Amino acid sequence: MSAKRRDRESRWAWWLTGAITLCVYIFMFAPIIATIVLSFNASMFGGFPLTGFSLHWYAKLATNVQVLDAFRTSMWIALATAAITTTLGVMTAYALVRFHFRFKQAINTLVILPALVPETILGVGLLVMIKAISQPRSLMLLLLGHILLTLPYVVLIVQARMVGISRTYEEAALSLGASRLSSFREITLPLLIPAVLASLMLAFTISFDNTSASLFWRPAGVETMPTQILAMLKISVSPEVNALGTVMILVTVGIPLLGGLLLQSFTRLKKKTEKKGATL
Amino acid sequence: MTKGWTLYDPRLAWVLVAPALFLILLLLILPILMMMAYTFFTFVTAGVESAVLTLDNWKEFLFDTYYHGFLWKTMRVGAMTAAICAIVGYFPAYFIWATKFRHKWLLLLLLIVPFWISFTIRTFSWIHILGEQGLINVVLLKFGVISEPLPMLYTEGAVIMGLLHFLLPYMILNVYVSLESIDRTLISAARSMGCTNAQAFREVTLPLSLPGLGAGLLLCFVLAAGSYVTPQLLGGSRDALFGNLIYDTIMGQLNWPMGATLSIVLFVILGCFAAAYSRYMGMSQIMKGMGG
Repeated sequence: MSAKRRDRESRWAWWLTGAITLCVYIFMFAPIIATIVLSFNASMFGGFPLTGFSLHWYAKLATNVQVLDAFRTSMWIALATAAITTTLGVMTAYALVRFHFRFKQAINTLVILPALVPETILGVGLLVMIKAISQPRSLMLLLLGHILLTLPYVVLIVQARMVGISRTYEEAALSLGASRLSSFREITLPLLIPAVLASLMLAFTISFDNTSASLFWRPAGVETMPTQILAMLKISVSPEVNALGTVMILVTVGIPLLGGLLLQSFTRLKKKTEKKGATL
Repeated sequence: MTKGWTLYDPRLAWVLVAPALFLILLLLILPILMMMAYTFFTFVTAGVESAVLTLDNWKEFLFDTYYHGFLWKTMRVGAMTAAICAIVGYFPAYFIWATKFRHKWLLLLLLIVPFWISFTIRTFSWIHILGEQGLINVVLLKFGVISEPLPMLYTEGAVIMGLLHFLLPYMILNVYVSLESIDRTLISAARSMGCTNAQAFREVTLPLSLPGLGAGLLLCFVLAAGSYVTPQLLGGSRDALFGNLIYDTIMGQLNWPMGATLSIVLFVILGCFAAAYSRYMGMSQIMKGMGG
């Protein structure tokens, strides 16, 4: 085989790889873009063809009491989940990274387990348990369930960051007389901020989006955003569902992107002021 | 405050992990144990069961072909989805890893964005592509290629399509992470020893990326086999999977003992796959994939 021909072959393989990559990206985004486009369609039906531009379906959405209720429920559950899971996750990750104790490896695996068990089984499990103690399904159960679902991801994120922070800073603070708590607050926590923010956002979006398990756990008569969408889809694929989907996409994609941008400008600002401080 | 405590006292560690540990024991381990107990309970009538121990649920599951059909179909759909994900997903992972494109981060970000978009929305958006009023049918009808809409929605193909859409990012990121951990000098070495590009890929890159591919396969299979929203939205009544069966048994028929039995069956089968995998590849790969 001549070198030239070999070269041509590998170039051909590379172009094929690129073409398939492009197709995969189109595959990933075409349906979502179709939904967004259709939400501005004037037609009464939720599908193609496009008949004209209209914001009518958004106006209708804003007056839909059920949707607003579901939005409020999801928002509260997601905010509470983000706050509680992040707190628990930071505590757990701190212990798992900094300390040596018996059963550490077992606990490490146990904490990741909820992410590996199918949601259907998590869903049924919690229901069986509250049935056994004859409690009704409540918002509290939904919240606890969401904390369970998000915990593994938060622990993984915080752990990854914690490993990179040298323990000498904390030890220096402790040896200079800082209390355990204040050394954590003054030294460790500020260094952890990126991981904490990432955890808050991830826990928020996982909770806000959760469908499968929430279908089992939600109290009778209460809908979260995704289950409300499912209920609306059961009737028909209306343009209103498309509008609702678009709003959700804006919320769940917008928040992390905004957070990332804020974080970036925050670190840039800090660097700038640090530089100024150095020259002064 | 630290009086009587050493600097990294194990007791403090236990205090720190206690809440999370308590939560997991109470909400995950205990429920699974209770589900196991429930599989031996007697079903009386919808929503009522008695603690009289029986093997009826297990007998029903083992001898009724109705359940076997569901199980077989679920395994088949899961395996097909995972296999297609692996084949289709390897290319983008390789491309992102090998490209000299300056804005590589953008390609990676675009893979993460779908994780932020609600799973329900991503799934139902396929109705706009495959449905009777969907993009494909409307375009084909307009150009006169077909005279009647193709029945693509509410088929097993649509379910697999939806699952692919949901699982491809997992696969691509898993493969990408393991490609990224390859020492690139190995490939240069192979090339300088006279390997062609294709040989270097076959002998060095591909074998070293297998752990990521394996982790991706496992993750995709487990998530596909455990899914039930996708078949509900995109499948017809004959395309229900095991997850739908569990949901109907519990939320529809209120037959809790049978529902618990089916859940345990799914749990054990998927657990066996995960255990077999972690025995050969190590759990750390999955963690790495999820963390990345």
